[in-house]
Amino acid sequence: MGDLYDSQRAMRQMRKAAMQRGVVAILDVGTSKIACLVLRFDGPEHFRSGDGVGSMAGQSQFRVIGAATTRSRGVRFGEVDAMQETERAIRTAVQAAQKMANVRVDHVIACLSGARPRSYGLDGALDVSGGMVSEQDISQVMASCDVPDYGADREVLHAQPVNFALDHRSGLADPRGLIGNQLTTDMHMLTVDASAIQNIFYCIKRCDLELAGLASSAYVSGMSSLVEDEQELGAACIDLGGGSTGISVFMKKHMIYADSVRMGGEHVTSDISMGLQIPASTAERIKTFYGGVMATGMDDREMIEIGGDTGDWEHDRRTVSRAELIGIMRPRVEEILEEVRERLDAAGFEHLPSQQIVLSCGRSQIPGLDGLASKILGQQVRLGRPLRVQGLPQAAIGPAFSSAVGLTLFAANPQDEWWDFEIPADRYPAKSLKRAVKWFKDNW
Amino acid sequence: MRSLIRGPEAAPAPRDPAPSKLGYKYQRLMLTPGFRATVRIGVPIVLIAAIMTSWYSQPENRAALASKIAHTQQSFQERPQFMVQSLDVTGADDATMALVTALLPAEYPVSSFDLDLEGMRAAIEALAPVKSASVRVGQGGILDVQVNPRVPAAVWRDAQTLRLIDGDGVQSGTLRARGDRLDLPLIAGDGAEQKIAEALALYAGAGPLRERVRGLVRMGERRWDIVLDREQRILLPGDGAVAALDRVIALNEAQDMLRRDVAVVDMRNAERPTLRMNAEAAQALRRVNITTNNNDEAGN
Repeated sequence: MGDLYDSQRAMRQMRKAAMQRGVVAILDVGTSKIACLVLRFDGPEHFRSGDGVGSMAGQSQFRVIGAATTRSRGVRFGEVDAMQETERAIRTAVQAAQKMANVRVDHVIACLSGARPRSYGLDGALDVSGGMVSEQDISQVMASCDVPDYGADREVLHAQPVNFALDHRSGLADPRGLIGNQLTTDMHMLTVDASAIQNIFYCIKRCDLELAGLASSAYVSGMSSLVEDEQELGAACIDLGGGSTGISVFMKKHMIYADSVRMGGEHVTSDISMGLQIPASTAERIKTFYGGVMATGMDDREMIEIGGDTGDWEHDRRTVSRAELIGIMRPRVEEILEEVRERLDAAGFEHLPSQQIVLSCGRSQIPGLDGLASKILGQQVRLGRPLRVQGLPQAAIGPAFSSAVGLTLFAANPQDEWWDFEIPADRYPAKSLKRAVKWFKDNW
Repeated sequence: MRSLIRGPEAAPAPRDPAPSKLGYKYQRLMLTPGFRATVRIGVPIVLIAAIMTSWYSQPENRAALASKIAHTQQSFQERPQFMVQSLDVTGADDATMALVTALLPAEYPVSSFDLDLEGMRAAIEALAPVKSASVRVGQGGILDVQVNPRVPAAVWRDAQTLRLIDGDGVQSGTLRARGDRLDLPLIAGDGAEQKIAEALALYAGAGPLRERVRGLVRMGERRWDIVLDREQRILLPGDGAVAALDRVIALNEAQDMLRRDVAVVDMRNAERPTLRMNAEAAQALRRVNITTNNNDEAGN
């Protein structure tokens, strides 16, 4: 784990440097689109205009000064599939955003949706024997967590302490300074495929950019789509992406579970394309304009020209009714939602006090999806929209940008991760002086 | 069968919105603040400097530039507003006027940019008969020189020459004969010209004796003698000369002392004023004394 621990620390340093420079880019590498936002950090409350509503969740310290979206290429299932193509797509987005912002960006915070995330709940305990809990104790209790063998080809993407307990007082957010005997912690660790991370790392490096942070898109879209009380009481964010569907479960403002289903909007499109014998671009257009999941009697009469350019009049003048289109789309959407249901059941979602489900990202815009989802996932389903951030253009405030917006929040104030805490003193390889000081402290 | 060799009419590839790697790098470079400033400000400056240097390095260009500058300057300076048409010297007598005019430009009109007024003033003031002067370009292009001449306060006899000297001890000319300036006192003796103020004070204090004063003589560079007509002489002390002269005047008023045959009134010692009679008077006195004595003896 040491390698990633170091690289995550290096990314945090990079993020700090980017904050110092005041400009950082957000890159959402999705299967259907790549979005790039350029943020300018000018200190808290800088952009506040007079009095009125104060800072919103601390996000008024930055402003979006550039935004660009491009059709994604070379990405499948949220993973980089063709390096050159992805690189070109990233360059397109970054160049357009830079042009809009009129500044050069060097640091990028990216998110990735696929890469087979896997969640682990860890716990660790430490005997503090009646003393005050210090910063070192927290590092040590986190170091004492029993890390499962998650495989050599995987990397830890997030490792967040979710809960601290001192003796029998649980639910502590910050146990420093408290006095007790037994300090225990619960941690949520998310691992992803190492090769996916390496690919995206390499892709961004080829665009002359430095990676200043990496996050799971399920996590960041949950951060932006769930409102505060949903995050507090327990909710799941279903991130219906193009190539994969991310699931993140939040409780007490911490992500406690994340997973992804390797199915998404592209599968719906390919179903339409195969079912109606039309090219994928036409299928995408028809899905966007006429798609739905709840058929009504009206839909039988609404005929859609599906066209073609073969020269054969009969072939080029084909029409389908909207009901047929819905008949193709609905089973695939149902399948995706069923799969999500299974993952949530496996995670024990029904044991949460509140079982709110929020649908976000681009595919949540299918008309009638909330009705279908409430049949499959439970009654408390709503469509999510991302938070509003300053300077975001009108074109980029829809649910399709929830993970990009979430990444801006992640960039502005990231949650504490394992690597943000001090390294436990007994793990210092070279800094023996600190160890000596600690030995003296412990023994006198 | 479809041709495997792609002909020239092959369908163009769909447009790729992605920038080329070079274009991307170029855009990022142009957005770098330092580089951008260099390109937008530095390069034009360097270009302009290079062009100007290469132009200026040609000797004919340099000469043309210099003549252009000179021509412009001249045409500006010779505008009628700046031309001085005539000269007007006031406050000087004829001799001084000739000296002053020799120092000023001879030909008119002349541009006022070419006149060194301060230098001219210094030159005029360096002349002996001039105490101070003011030089200005006045209304209507007239060079207006006002000369404040030195007013001689005394005639100083230096060896065989008679010089005019003013109250500050500055000579302002020579005299051929004493008779030319009878209104001025004559002073003589070594170092007399350095204590001219004392001499003038004594002359001013002479009062009723003024008509009889022939001159003042500095004796031994420390005290003054007043020489009167009839070869009379008043010897004054170094300190309190004016007071001593007042005493002499008082004695003269009371006893008509200087009308008598007195050759020298010696006031050098204030305790003991001394008179010296002239030779005839002394002999006469002696004769009278002898006669008186003989008569007394005869009478006895």
